[in-house]
Amino acid sequence: MNGAIPVTQELDCQGLSCPLPIIKTKRAIDALAPGEVLKMVATDPGSVNDMAAWVKKTGHEMVGSEDADGVFAFFIRKVG
Amino acid sequence: MSGTTDKDIDALVEARVEARVQAQLDQRLGPLVDERVAQALARQEANAPGGQLDRIALIASKGSLDMAYPPLILATTAVAMGMEAAIFFTFYGLDIINKRKYGHLKVASLANPAMPVPVPNFIGALPGMTLAATAMMKNWMGRVKLQSVPEFIEMAREMDVTLIGCQMTMDVMGTKKDDLVDGVTVGGAATFLEYAGKSKITLFI
Repeated sequence: MNGAIPVTQELDCQGLSCPLPIIKTKRAIDALAPGEVLKMVATDPGSVNDMAAWVKKTGHEMVGSEDADGVFAFFIRKVG
Repeated sequence: MSGTTDKDIDALVEARVEARVQAQLDQRLGPLVDERVAQALARQEANAPGGQLDRIALIASKGSLDMAYPPLILATTAVAMGMEAAIFFTFYGLDIINKRKYGHLKVASLANPAMPVPVPNFIGALPGMTLAATAMMKNWMGRVKLQSVPEFIEMAREMDVTLIGCQMTMDVMGTKKDDLVDGVTVGGAATFLEYAGKSKITLFI
């Protein structure tokens, strides 16, 4: 379960559609220190693939994800 | 030394010298050139790995409401993914950065069979139909909370997307620099081509 992941900051992107979840995630991650974890919550179904692509490109680590009835949570650890 | 004249000796010396020089060139010049070329290539690699920078160059040439979004979404998402982005606004795309127009972009159903209006396409020629089609699209956008074009432009500026207005279009359409949003640079095709020449991704919209 992902409940064990310590979250530094939560970002609510529910109801927002592309590209806002990605843009807000980038802003939030920039404000964190390396090693800290951002929990981003979104309802946009496209955000599942978008976030996977985003971590691949930016090099941050997706340490967990949840999918509960169309509400998606992504746990991203800032790398370096 | 019979039969050997000075001329013969000169010719012999010349041939020997030439042979020596040629041998030296082959021995030293070849590797030297290889080394210098390798260094130059390494410098170029360091400046632009793989030859291309991590940036996207976009041309926005359409001014209808639906076509304003792709360049804006691509540019802002690219920046969110750590890339640089520039949009070159030309022809009707210039309306997207025109303060007097960008809040009122329209989309027509006429000649646009992709638009799902419940009437034959030519009905789109009637007065008011473009307004109706625009209202319809705005309604869809509102439902998913898509930001307006002015809001998107503001976001693009905050994210340091380079916005370039086409000088030629401004001349053709009589648009003044004051009409454009703040932070826009003005340039021509060469400006865009220089930027795009080093970009990994270039798109014409």
